[in-house]
Amino acid sequence: MNTLPQRFRLALVAVPVFALMATACGGDDSASGENGDADEAITIYSGRDQELIDPLIDMMRESTGLEIDVRYGDTAQMANQIETEGEDTNADLFIGQDAGALGFLVQEGLLAELPSEITDQVPAEYRAANGEWVGISGRSRVIAYNPENVDDVPDSVLDLTDPEWEGRVGIAPTNASFQAFVTGLRVIEGEEAAEQWLEDMVANDVQTFENNRSMLDGLETGEIDISLNNHYYWYERMKETPDEVTSELHYLPAGDAGGLVNVAGAAITANASNPEGAQTALEYLLSDEAQGYFTNETSEYPLADGVELGEGLPEVDALEQPDIDLSDLHSLDETVEMLREAGLE
Amino acid sequence: MTDVQHGRTKPEPSQKRGGSGRVASLPFSLPLALPLYLLAGTTAVLAVLPLLYVLFQAFSEGPSALVEALTRGRTVELLVNSLTLTATVTAGCLVLGVGLALLVSRVRLPGNRFWALVATLPLAIPSYVAAMVWMEAVPEVRGFVGSAIVLTLCTYPYVFLPVVAALGLADRDQEEVARSLGRGPWYVLTRVTLRHVQPSAAAGSLLVALYVLSDFGSVATMRYDTITRAIYNDYANRFDMASAASLSAVLVAVTLLVLWGEARARGRARFSRVGSGATRTRPPRDVSAELLEQLPPKLTRAPGLAPAVRALTGALLVLPFVLVAAAALVFPVVSLSYWIARGSSAGVDLPRMVETALTTLGVSAAAAAVTLVLALPVGILAARHRGRVPRLLEGATWMGYSMPGVVVAVALVYFAVNHAFALYQQLPLLIFAYALLFLPAAVGSVRSAVAQSPPGLEEIGRSLGRTPPQVFTRVTLPLAFPGVAAGATLVFLTCMKELPVTLMLHPTGMETIAMRLWSATNVGRFAAAAPYAMMLIVLASVPAFVLGRKATAMER
Repeated sequence: MNTLPQRFRLALVAVPVFALMATACGGDDSASGENGDADEAITIYSGRDQELIDPLIDMMRESTGLEIDVRYGDTAQMANQIETEGEDTNADLFIGQDAGALGFLVQEGLLAELPSEITDQVPAEYRAANGEWVGISGRSRVIAYNPENVDDVPDSVLDLTDPEWEGRVGIAPTNASFQAFVTGLRVIEGEEAAEQWLEDMVANDVQTFENNRSMLDGLETGEIDISLNNHYYWYERMKETPDEVTSELHYLPAGDAGGLVNVAGAAITANASNPEGAQTALEYLLSDEAQGYFTNETSEYPLADGVELGEGLPEVDALEQPDIDLSDLHSLDETVEMLREAGLE
Repeated sequence: MTDVQHGRTKPEPSQKRGGSGRVASLPFSLPLALPLYLLAGTTAVLAVLPLLYVLFQAFSEGPSALVEALTRGRTVELLVNSLTLTATVTAGCLVLGVGLALLVSRVRLPGNRFWALVATLPLAIPSYVAAMVWMEAVPEVRGFVGSAIVLTLCTYPYVFLPVVAALGLADRDQEEVARSLGRGPWYVLTRVTLRHVQPSAAAGSLLVALYVLSDFGSVATMRYDTITRAIYNDYANRFDMASAASLSAVLVAVTLLVLWGEARARGRARFSRVGSGATRTRPPRDVSAELLEQLPPKLTRAPGLAPAVRALTGALLVLPFVLVAAAALVFPVVSLSYWIARGSSAGVDLPRMVETALTTLGVSAAAAAVTLVLALPVGILAARHRGRVPRLLEGATWMGYSMPGVVVAVALVYFAVNHAFALYQQLPLLIFAYALLFLPAAVGSVRSAVAQSPPGLEEIGRSLGRTPPQVFTRVTLPLAFPGVAAGATLVFLTCMKELPVTLMLHPTGMETIAMRLWSATNVGRFAAAAPYAMMLIVLASVPAFVLGRKATAMER
């Protein structure tokens, strides 16, 4: 065994690696904003997808001149992380995928109250009662269905427990939006009714999916005929592969829990190291430019006043938000417990 | 058996090649042993940190809540699911891994080395990517079947590699002795050859079993409910960690059982050469030649028959490799290529891809180095010292690997925030987390590499007046280097594919390929994910290739 050349080879590998590491560390220091201009640098924790938020952040940098770092993760995980970090939190601004996580942080006292010039831009039902968070885009729960097999789409999710729908309905029980809907159902119809509905759905052989996307796949392949999902997944599909979409959407009328309009929202953390910068960023998220971006990119509903709707979206008036305070959606644990009891998680 | 070799009587237990029979009693002088124990102890303590956090969280709601959580019907159901999948995949990997290894090292194939490399390459395919591909192509396999297929195809090299290496090192003389004593080929295979590879097959199976137990990505995509998937959903969707922690405690208990089982399966008996000198190399069996000899001479003289027989047997012999490669390699790569060519969401941002790739390589390389440093004392201790303490320290290093990544990540977030905020969301902590996750591969390779280098040489070094550290750097390390390097390569490879820990601990603004994949698939943009998946596979195939070459080099 000739070891010397091997060691030599090891060195050949190691030197560039360490050089790389050094540059990575160096780059990291400047990026983390500690050495940067502290007034201008903020850190955003985003529970929303990188694919969607990254371009928006670039626009934000351009428009506000802020230096911005973003961390991505699941919404609840990010909220948990902010809670774990407590007073030392690195997050200045939190962007959440649903109101429940924002409500959780309100409860924990980890969010700062926002000035009224920010909260007033958004209708009251899409922001926190005491103004700790504002919705930045709206997403409606809908029924997507296969028109070949479904003539008469039910107008309430409560009808889906009928034997007629046995084995034909799909849900994504681990998906945060579905869980928010169940929480909404508990708030609107009461605990017992919600529990009963879940049990009846299971008894009716409801099909479960990992996420909205695979569920819409199941709808196209005929695995199911009805899917309970967020409206924009269907629009995304229409943009990606319009020829392959045969399903259609049905918006539920009259404030049915199945037509809940949840929001993606943003909030400034109570312990932010740069609250001014975070506020500038939040104001930008409610600007016409950012709101237009949401509605055109993701087909979500803009929530700030006077922004034009994205292509193909029905008017906001068609959305009938059930009578509910979105902050109440934070009682997620009870929902998950209920889903478990029903054998759905 | 004319030239009687000295000292060869019967296989003696518990000895490694070239060993002088005093491995067990090798008196380590205290000056070296004590620091070794201290260093190994440090590694072990670091490795059980996440476990302590899990227990702390599990008991945080009080013992009654914990008991309630553990005795739920759902917990039992998840446990059964996890165990069924683990047993199935481990069995599948043993059959595939050992079978292919035997073919490569004992039979003459058209291009032995090539097929050995092909059989190693599936290591480069991340299981979550494979699951994604299978689900898109054949959604019908979802659930148990799909999870079992994907995990088997992605992890069987963990068995194949050590077994090929062991077969290359195995003492062929014993097989001949058995044959000369009138035993048939089947007896020799099961009682001699397979006994040789039992320890390495058991070690490989352990890596597979614990991988399956703690894997989240593929079972989530396949929609199969395992304990790990439930733990992940708890952490990702809820604002309460106690439930996830109690499930993690169950998983740890299972891990301990699996570890104990592997220790039993490793087998007490070790077959190794006693005499000096190398075993004679023998050509692998030439099946087509043997077939031709069986045929009547009249037939074999027929023109073109011999080549035809050769071609046919060759084709049949490589068929298993072709099938496995088709399912494990070609299928994902072709599907990804199709997605890249298709969807409208595909926009390839080349500079960003390059930057992401460099980051991934750099972080993985650093993690491999750190893991190796942490693994060295434990591996050396396990190789050179007997007894309960070294075994315990070695067992401790399995803790991180056997827990779901998200649990390790949450534990480290908690520790860093509360006890070492300066490290929080900094690169060193991420690299340290990788080391915790992938210690076992490094420890195992250090252990076997050191065990295979004769302690006699170290003693000579000591007798010539060198200090223990000098002997270590000048004798032990150079001798063990190839094996140790292979361990580091395996860690490097697994770090490149790692996702949950990276997601929670990375420095803000840093991006690995796996993170980009996650972002793209999160919104269901396969076409956007495909280039990254492809890049990950291409980059990861380099270390996989190196590992395959090393494992097969031992035979020649």
